[in-house]
Amino acid sequence: MSGIRKLQTEVAIVGGGIVGSSAALALRRMGVDVVLLERDFCGSRSSGVNFGGVRRQGRPLSQLPLAQRAHRIWGRLPELLGTDGEYVRSGHFKIARSEADMASLERYRALSSDFDLGLELISAARLRAECPWLGTRAVGGSLCIEDGQANPRLVSPAFALAARRAGAQVFERHQVDEVAHDGALFTVRSGNELEVRAPVLLNCAGAWAGAIASQFGETPPMRSRSPLMAVTEPLPRFMAWSLGVEGGGIYCRQVERGNLVLGGGTGITLDADRARAERDGIATLAMQAVELLPALRHAHIIRTWGGTEGYLPDREPVLGPSRTTPGLFHGFGFAGAGFQIGPAAGEVLAELARDGRSDTPIDAFAIERFDEQPVSSLVPT
Amino acid sequence: MTTTTGELRPAIVGAGPAGVRAAQTLVAHGLRPVVIDEAPRAGGQIYRRPPAGLAQRTARTLYGFESKRADALHQAFDALRGRIDHRPDSLVWNAQDHQLDVLHNPTRGTSRVPYSHLIVATGATDRVLPVPGWTLPGVYTLGGAQVALKFQGCAIGRRVVFMGTGPLLYLVAYQYAKAGVQVAAVLDTARLADQLAATPAMLSQPAVFAKGVYYVGWLRAHGIALHGGVRPLRVLGDEAQGCVTGVAWQDGNEERTLACDAVGFGYALRSETQLADLLGCRFDYAPLHRAHLPVRDAAGRASVEGVYLAGDGAGIMGADAAEWAGERAALALLSDNGVAVDTARAAELERRLDRITGFRHGLERAFPVPDDWAAHAPDELVVCRCENVTAGSLRRTIADAGASEMNRLKALSRVGMGRCQGRMCGVAAAEILAHATQQPLQQVGRLRGQAPIKPIPIRLVPAEGAGA
Ligand SMILES: Cc1cc2nc3c(=O)[nH]c(=O)nc-3n(C[C@H](O)[C@H](O)[C@H](O)COP(=O)(O)OP(=O)(O)OC[C@H]3O[C@@H](n4cnc5c(N)ncnc54)[C@H](O)[C@@H]3O)c2cc1C
Ligand SMILES: Cc1cc2nc3c(=O)[nH]c(=O)nc-3n(C[C@H](O)[C@H](O)[C@H](O)COP(=O)(O)OP(=O)(O)OC[C@H]3O[C@@H](n4cnc5c(N)ncnc54)[C@H](O)[C@@H]3O)c2cc1C
Repeated sequence: MSGIRKLQTEVAIVGGGIVGSSAALALRRMGVDVVLLERDFCGSRSSGVNFGGVRRQGRPLSQLPLAQRAHRIWGRLPELLGTDGEYVRSGHFKIARSEADMASLERYRALSSDFDLGLELISAARLRAECPWLGTRAVGGSLCIEDGQANPRLVSPAFALAARRAGAQVFERHQVDEVAHDGALFTVRSGNELEVRAPVLLNCAGAWAGAIASQFGETPPMRSRSPLMAVTEPLPRFMAWSLGVEGGGIYCRQVERGNLVLGGGTGITLDADRARAERDGIATLAMQAVELLPALRHAHIIRTWGGTEGYLPDREPVLGPSRTTPGLFHGFGFAGAGFQIGPAAGEVLAELARDGRSDTPIDAFAIERFDEQPVSSLVPT
Repeated sequence: MTTTTGELRPAIVGAGPAGVRAAQTLVAHGLRPVVIDEAPRAGGQIYRRPPAGLAQRTARTLYGFESKRADALHQAFDALRGRIDHRPDSLVWNAQDHQLDVLHNPTRGTSRVPYSHLIVATGATDRVLPVPGWTLPGVYTLGGAQVALKFQGCAIGRRVVFMGTGPLLYLVAYQYAKAGVQVAAVLDTARLADQLAATPAMLSQPAVFAKGVYYVGWLRAHGIALHGGVRPLRVLGDEAQGCVTGVAWQDGNEERTLACDAVGFGYALRSETQLADLLGCRFDYAPLHRAHLPVRDAAGRASVEGVYLAGDGAGIMGADAAEWAGERAALALLSDNGVAVDTARAAELERRLDRITGFRHGLERAFPVPDDWAAHAPDELVVCRCENVTAGSLRRTIADAGASEMNRLKALSRVGMGRCQGRMCGVAAAEILAHATQQPLQQVGRLRGQAPIKPIPIRLVPAEGAGA
């Protein structure tokens, strides 16, 4: 077929989510040539439709080095991207609904004390006094004052745009449907339009990254799930913190314009690409939201949505070199929590691409960790 | 196929001309459909009935030339009482797994309605291309102005200007003038030449064409100023008082103004397609309608099995066509389930529907959407009033972030993210996007539908939603 465009570059990236895009940006900042292929628009999947929670609090200790690194990147967004993406360090408050929850928050604070999270435990009495809008089920909680929230619809595409401005070649609406490795170079092909050859390939294809990994003989037990989101009409501003709940369930935040963004539960995955909210999920989320924030009881829900995200059994991502193929690096499977750490994951991938190593500890995310597991325990439940 | 009709639980969403005729047809074949409509009484947009409590006006006053048809449709529906499961005041806000989620507005309770087959007859609303000042109190869509008159029996003002284009423009002006309201002027963006060029095609429906000619003639005979080929510039208003004081428009090279206290405006209609979208129907661009619409075959079958589309919700074809399409879709539903139907009647309905397409082409020619609207929309024009997004901010987003598709534009600019979910602003935003990116309209795509179709109270959701 004539007319196929052929490019040679140093690093090829599949997937223009926050991970792939920030890897592209980081590579350009290091002066490395990079081509990124995104089958839709950059930031149109998980990275652009998520809840927008930018929190370190509550993450497994294994992720905290990455989260701390990301925290510093988030602090420099305007400088990096030319926009703040509505990122604010509004505080992230994790609610305890029982004494046991409170104890668990205390434990987390102790365990994470090596990292500079600045967690502050808040008692029930203080909550009543300072946060009258919080429903009576909260018996206390833990505040991370420097955690916050951002608008994913703006931030994630902005990473791609910044990468492009820095010289990355970003091809949107270019689905990668063929990848190959000849021992030295990867060939990545998008239909009859584009063929990219590069010694290094970053697999940042989100929930769809398994398909690419499997072409290189790696089959991490990833499955897709679709976290559920809803948003209310604008209400008078009453809450600055972004809220989470110990033990999971619901999370919510109020944006500048007054809308409450709510998340929790799962929607339905329609097909490989699409997800949507589902009635029981909406009902449960709404009920929990009113319980948590009685001020919502007269509000209307104006919109709901879902997004497709990849989950590995231990809810840790795969981040690091391929076990089978030199030059291939994976960054996927962020289990509904990759927005905050995405920019750091991107930088780590960029370092791996250039140097083969990174100073940020990522051993916990090695793809090898699934090698010894008997296959039966990996079957999605 | 040997389905017994007893196993079929068809549902119809929309009790306008399409939905009513569909229901009647199903009942005539021994089925008992559920008929769900947001409105308190059946009739749809054109044959909308005033609330039962209001002093009743005659069908003649309410529907004019259409009074016979209105009567016929209302009677047809009333005759179904007891043989259908009618759910008035009920909004379908979600569809999933062969069940509709229905919000009963007066009680705010929600329930699920299971169905085996579904006829979507959700009709249309005004196509809005805003003009500066359109957010002032006193500015209505043409449809809204008509609803006020028909439904509530009140006018939007004492001295009213109607502007935009489309058949409803002259009709509503006529209805207002007949009702004794002073119509200051009718400002049509279409030119007389457009109407002349369209005449041959429109003669395929001579009666309808004659009515249109009659309204124009009547307005003229009553001294009402009619201006063609205009470009609306702005609605003038007293910001402090928050009221309309006049309109300004461009007439050739001349800028003209006229005093008035209310404005009705619109550019024909756009289909209500969110339900079809939630049901997973495939959409295609339909040039005739200047919109992406759910695809259907000649009988009304959608791309999703068991779903049928009828009436304006699947493409603006008018009230008569809606009746035929409703009946045709019901016949398709029946025959798809092994019920014997009158195939000659089905063929006749398809012929009529086919013929009306020619007339629709004529209408589009006579009243073209002003394709230079986007080029002239000033930067400060508010396009999305829920989120207060201006034409200028859309253009900036398009230029700075390279947005070239509607959902992307929504994500980056917030257009269509408010209460109306793009039902009002979507058309205008698409025109601006197409113009700014120099793409044909069809290329910019369409906003994806999401539940809820309209805002739902957060508290009622759990009330009965779970476990039904
Ligand atoms: C609803 C929801 C709420 C969430 N809330 C939060 C939160 O509050 N805080 C938080 O930290 N995290 C949250 N997350 C998780 C976070 O959004 C994800 O972990 C993160 O965005 C993952 O980024 P990514 O770049 O790996 O994936 P994605 O954003 O999914 O990007 C992968 C990209 O690869 C593209 N792609 C796939 N296959 C191909 C191919 N063959 N060719 C070309 N392109 C391809 C896709 O189109 C996609 O754009 C949430 C996720 C969801 C879905
Ligand atoms: C405001 C307005 C005024 C009009 N005036 C005229 C006129 O004067 N003369 C003329 O010839 N044509 C007029 N038209 C066009 C004419 O109404 C249509 O061609 C005709 O009514 C189409 O019939 P239908 O059955 O397809 O839809 P409609 O008559 O529009 O009926 C659709 C019904 O579906 C209901 N519905 C929609 N979505 C939902 C949902 N999610 N849940 C529950 N119910 C739902 C609506 O409440 C409505 O009753 C008007 C249209 C509009 C919008």
